[in-house]
Amino acid sequence: MATITIDGKEFDVDDTENLLAVALSKGFDLPYFCWHPELHSVGACRQCAVKSYRNDEDDKGMLVMACMTPCSDGGRFEIDDEEAAEMRRQVIEWLMTNHPHDCPVCEEGGECHLQDMTLMAGHTQRRYRGPKRTHKNQDLGPFINHEMNRCIACYRCVRYYRDYADGDDLRALGSHNNVYFGRESDGAFDNEFSGNLVEVCPTGVFTDKTLGAHYNRKWDMQNAPGICNHCSLGCNTSPGSRQGVLKRIQNRYHGEINHYFLCDRGRFGAGFVNRDDRPRQPLVRNADGVLEPREMDVMRDTMEEVFAQANGVVGVGSPRASLEDNFALRHLVGADNFTNGMAPADSAASVAARDAIAANADRLATLREVESCDAVLILGEDVTQTAPRLALSLRQSRRNKHLEHAAANKIPKWHARAVRDIGQYNNSPIFSATTSATRLDDIVMTPQRLRPAAIAELGFAVAHALDNTAPKVEQLDADTQALVDAIAETLKGAKKPLIVAGTSLGDPAILKAAANATKALAAANEATRLFVTLAEANSLGMAMMEERDIDHALTAVEDGSADTLVVMQNCLYERAPKARVDAVIKKAKNVVVLDHSMTRTVGEATHVLPSGSFAESDGTLVNNEGRAQRFFQLFIPDAPMQEGWRWAADLAEVAGNKPEWLGMDDLIKTIVADCPQFAGIEDAAPSQSFRKFGMRFPRSPHRFSGRTAMYANVDVRERRPEVDPDSPLAYSMEGYYGEQQPPSTIAYAWSPGWDSNQAAITRFQDEVGGHLKGGDPGIRLFAAPGAAAEFWAAEVTAVDGWQAVPVYHIFGSESQSARAPAIAERMPKPEYRVNAEAAKALGVTAGDSFELAVNGETHAFPLAIDPSLPDRTIGVPVGMHGVCGLRLPVEVKP
Amino acid sequence: MKNAAQNAFSATSSVLRTIGMTFMHSFRKRDTILYPEEKPYLPPRYRGRIVLTRDPDGAERCVACNLCSVACPVDCISVVKTEDETGRWYPETFRINFSRCIYCGYCEDACPTYAIQLTPDFEMGEFDRQNMVYEKSDLLISGVGKRPGYNFYRVAGMSVGGKDKGQAENEAEPVDIKTLLP
Repeated sequence: MATITIDGKEFDVDDTENLLAVALSKGFDLPYFCWHPELHSVGACRQCAVKSYRNDEDDKGMLVMACMTPCSDGGRFEIDDEEAAEMRRQVIEWLMTNHPHDCPVCEEGGECHLQDMTLMAGHTQRRYRGPKRTHKNQDLGPFINHEMNRCIACYRCVRYYRDYADGDDLRALGSHNNVYFGRESDGAFDNEFSGNLVEVCPTGVFTDKTLGAHYNRKWDMQNAPGICNHCSLGCNTSPGSRQGVLKRIQNRYHGEINHYFLCDRGRFGAGFVNRDDRPRQPLVRNADGVLEPREMDVMRDTMEEVFAQANGVVGVGSPRASLEDNFALRHLVGADNFTNGMAPADSAASVAARDAIAANADRLATLREVESCDAVLILGEDVTQTAPRLALSLRQSRRNKHLEHAAANKIPKWHARAVRDIGQYNNSPIFSATTSATRLDDIVMTPQRLRPAAIAELGFAVAHALDNTAPKVEQLDADTQALVDAIAETLKGAKKPLIVAGTSLGDPAILKAAANATKALAAANEATRLFVTLAEANSLGMAMMEERDIDHALTAVEDGSADTLVVMQNCLYERAPKARVDAVIKKAKNVVVLDHSMTRTVGEATHVLPSGSFAESDGTLVNNEGRAQRFFQLFIPDAPMQEGWRWAADLAEVAGNKPEWLGMDDLIKTIVADCPQFAGIEDAAPSQSFRKFGMRFPRSPHRFSGRTAMYANVDVRERRPEVDPDSPLAYSMEGYYGEQQPPSTIAYAWSPGWDSNQAAITRFQDEVGGHLKGGDPGIRLFAAPGAAAEFWAAEVTAVDGWQAVPVYHIFGSESQSARAPAIAERMPKPEYRVNAEAAKALGVTAGDSFELAVNGETHAFPLAIDPSLPDRTIGVPVGMHGVCGLRLPVEVKP
Repeated sequence: MKNAAQNAFSATSSVLRTIGMTFMHSFRKRDTILYPEEKPYLPPRYRGRIVLTRDPDGAERCVACNLCSVACPVDCISVVKTEDETGRWYPETFRINFSRCIYCGYCEDACPTYAIQLTPDFEMGEFDRQNMVYEKSDLLISGVGKRPGYNFYRVAGMSVGGKDKGQAENEAEPVDIKTLLP
């Protein structure tokens, strides 16, 4: 700690921080460009000049850059100093000389850090009359728009893209005055986290192309606190909408999860909400086999008939739907007839994940904590494709070695360039065993390519090497044993080791191996951490609610114990082989589907009810660390579309099983009463009746415009403001917005003088880049340590012959985002992958069309050679192009 | 007694004086005119009916930046942005609800392209309030209004149809990023 004086006020501050971070944390308005809470200081832009005084006698002082000034004890600084203010004004005037006159046609306008800083620094009149520098733009693909003229050369983009996200294809090209930030040629960014450039760039050089396609200013958008539903990590998002159209996804700061950054799937994957082919009316299949829209009152009678005639009803839940939606379906069909909607392998792995999480509740790393782990072992998971944001955190974890070197040499941790230079290529160790090459291989020490069973064995062996009471793996070859010993040695020597495992290979043994390794390691090191990833946004929640997988529902129809299927936001074809699903749908008397997208199951259903997507619903999702988080309705959809749980409640009523709950709060209380494992979810967000100073919390910024005109073409009389019956948020700009708001209800980030998302959030944090005031949102359901768990037996199911393993891709393997036009454009073509020897054995060459039957489902795709795959292993693309229901890994006979 | 007489006199004379003054007004020049037969003179900067103007090249001046909409104290302007194939921004929808408009002129002040202008026309009476909602087709005129000569895209750095990078006023040719020469 240190005591410093800023503008005559004394503060006790953290002496490992720099002056700029401290001044911002303490609420001062000090302009900056090149500094960023995650990218730290380089002192390049000279915008944060302040006066520093040597001692009390010093009355002249000297100008220093706040971002490069340590907060040493006794320091005296003036931000509000005439000379410093003049310097800041001149610097921004000089940065602005070439800035084009195009704010009105710039997507950044209204949330532009440059606009904010120009005003803050007091540069209000342009004096430069000379010619302005111009640049040609590049086509950067479907995600990002490029307008290079607006660049002020702060270098934040390359510092984020190259130094933080380890991307390679964005560079500072050219020299001196001609410096240019772009790729060598047109094309989409290679890195999976390129979307963050939109928020990192302080001007409008990189803007969101999906927003530009139906643009609105920030102040005109209706936002809601959202939770990303494209993987299990539960990153917080702030979706924006206007007039019932989802416009964009922005990052919503969460100090324990995503903090400032999202992955591209999360940011650009929400376009499915705006698709025209979504079911928006209740549909019934007529005699000709065509789905026809029905009026609500007719539909009510139809559904009454369906349930009256039903001879056994089974419900198929969904790991991509909220707890509320699933629970309401469970109530409709009865707890005994409810299934979790996951494929058997996925369900078994998710249950194993749940057990591993429960047993290591006190050792679970948050996504943020991953960044501080200094040795990592990844078991089986290609995290870039299955839990993308984790890959970005793992990339930061390797930099702990740099920080270690820096600390030894008395270099402050915020001195970005110096820390990098002293760190060089000395990275904290990351070990990884996956089925094929991954995008993290550049930072992994001797990446291992193994079959799923061998990955689990490796994990068990590491556990045994760490603690010889852990079950032993027999018959390891010498090379593997040497590797196991090296991994064990490194993990043992680390200050904070981390084990990462996931369910993507559908093999519970991998999760058991990870749990064993964590337990073995934790005996020696209290700081040991475990990070488990699951398949979908609510996979863990579903594993907690119900262990019966989708097979039970299909079997019930097959053996005649049920003839009516009710499916909640799930596609049967994604979870089971096509032939079997076809047969089940044919055999069932009625298939009722409640969904928001035009899935294949909707296409085959007899009755369809249009349920809301995440944008049209409230709900609770349980992320991979067992954190229950609430997402809020972004806009009220046009009737009859409504939340899945409202449909299920309506159906229960016509089925003669009227639920007792009335609204969201009631429903959550019922969930907790019925399923005590979810105790705590009621605290994930304040109840509907919660008010601050008697007020709700606004969804829209205070300058939301056009309210008396936007619907005037329909009716000149203004509509009655919509009322939210489910949450304390308001569908307007009215209410309390500020620091004392519960963090889970902050729909967007803004504070006076700070319009850009990443800078405005500072006022809501306890310190810059720290936690949100009032605590980061969400309730960890596994906070209490589980019972002292035993080691799992080292049992693996190995396949001797040819084996098909899943190959995931960030764009396409997740079914909801795959429907977003921008993501669809980036989806790779489907292909089978084998190594060169396997191709020879199969008698095929690269590019040949190759036919493969998996679980009785045959697909023909071109073959690609992937030298990283193990022998006799075929990589199968999953989740897209119709290859959904395959249950992998599995033995195949090509 | 004397006071009462004095009061009566002053009250009476005050009334008579007022009657006299009012009578004298009938010889003054009249302030009212016989509207609508006779129209008053309104200066060009009078704040009446709002129009959308075009630039000297005949293209729409409005770039759908939404600044008028956010400046409007009664929120009666709704603008939806779209782009043509060359990247030029223009409004897909430009709607003013004149039944809410207070003719303050803030929209004109806020407009960075001189597109939105208030005119000296105030005759906007309607029997049906719905008819007070003006769409872009009702607002767009085919002239430059009060600002001849100004064309936003000739000044702005963005390239649009007919104007590439480096062709705007006071712009240098696009940088050659391959050169290392100073």
